[in-house]
Amino acid sequence: MCATLDAAVDAIPDGARIMFGGFGSSGFPNNLIQALVRRGTKNITAISNNCGTRDGELSPLFKSGQIRHVIAAFPGPHSFAFQERHAAGEVTIELVPQGILCERMRAAAAGLLGFYTTVGVATEVAAGKEERIINGQRCILEMPIGADYAFIKADKSDGLGNLTYRLAARNFNPIMAMAAATTIAEVEEVVPVGAIDPEMVVTPAIFVHRVVVAKGIRYV
Amino acid sequence: MSEKKRLTREQIAERAARELPDGAYVNLGWGIPNLIADHLPAGITVYFHSENGILGMGRRAKPGEEDFDLVDAMKVPVTLIPGASFFHQADAHLMTRGGHLDVAVLGAFQVSQRGDLANWKVPGSAGVGAIGGAMDIAAGTKKVIVCMEHTTRDGQAKIVQECTYPLTCLACVDTIVTDLAVIDVTEHGLVLRDLAPGWTAEEVQQLTGAPLKV
Repeated sequence: MCATLDAAVDAIPDGARIMFGGFGSSGFPNNLIQALVRRGTKNITAISNNCGTRDGELSPLFKSGQIRHVIAAFPGPHSFAFQERHAAGEVTIELVPQGILCERMRAAAAGLLGFYTTVGVATEVAAGKEERIINGQRCILEMPIGADYAFIKADKSDGLGNLTYRLAARNFNPIMAMAAATTIAEVEEVVPVGAIDPEMVVTPAIFVHRVVVAKGIRYV
Repeated sequence: MSEKKRLTREQIAERAARELPDGAYVNLGWGIPNLIADHLPAGITVYFHSENGILGMGRRAKPGEEDFDLVDAMKVPVTLIPGASFFHQADAHLMTRGGHLDVAVLGAFQVSQRGDLANWKVPGSAGVGAIGGAMDIAAGTKKVIVCMEHTTRDGQAKIVQECTYPLTCLACVDTIVTDLAVIDVTEHGLVLRDLAPGWTAEEVQQLTGAPLKV
């Protein structure tokens, strides 16, 4: 358990690879992102579905120039801070189909060294990737994506780090929690160990290393 | 001919909704497809899937009813129908790629006569484009329906012999619903199945970049 957001992001070094959960308006670790802006970690490789929306989500880290490279599926129409840095050549991007992004993270989490898929065959995504035919279907080799840290947002944690999520706010968070070496969760509430029904746990505590309570900041 | 009345975006959505079988699991993409949930024929129950981990989405939330932890793929607050469930994004796309969904309805910039789909980037536009879940959904769903206007704003055909826009997926589209017609992609080429009121097959053919069988 971390007493403060700043303590939760302490010791994250320059050059870190960091996953950021969230989709749409839900499940973004916005408080941790702001703490990372205060910490000033540089040369970050960010892994996230999108690239910020207006002033929210990853945008503060693009504005501050802390992100060097991003791996994402959907740099949306309102990712203005990213677009500016990218146009200036200050940020590079690897675009990945969304489900393949999930599966590459899950491969890293599961100790798998890659997989073949038909997704992306004959598209820009296939550039530079090994292609072969399996069962008569063209497919490409996709490699795992791991990270040093995952920043995630959950609803409740118990004292061990067993997590539950609210509605569709789980999205990428449980996958990233499994794929990173160190997972830092911001949650609405911490409850005593044993207070969460084991059948309701979505992310088991083995995947969670730091927890901090922070009331949601939301960008809609 | 250009003054002739075409279907509105809502009417395209309404026509596409009639292609959905009762009880189907269905993913809706950006653009016109996103309007379909509000235009289902009476008596039909469809379980809408959202890539952020929802099965059983209902209509859009009314003002005052919004919960921003419950949004669709376009970030619009939605509701649930009885029997809905939540899961994480990897399982959401396991459903798309793994062939578990019955139908996906997607928007498109271009569709080729073999059913190749281009819907994530306009050549020459600023920015890097945005793939989102489209490649996974197009590659794996049993039946892919495209909803789009038949031509671009400057009158270019969007149904073409070969896509010139960056591809999303090869040979994945089964049916195209436009403001002029419903067209099936078959082994033998494009087959015109239905026409918007007041339009003839010849008129639609003139606005289509590949041959249509009637």
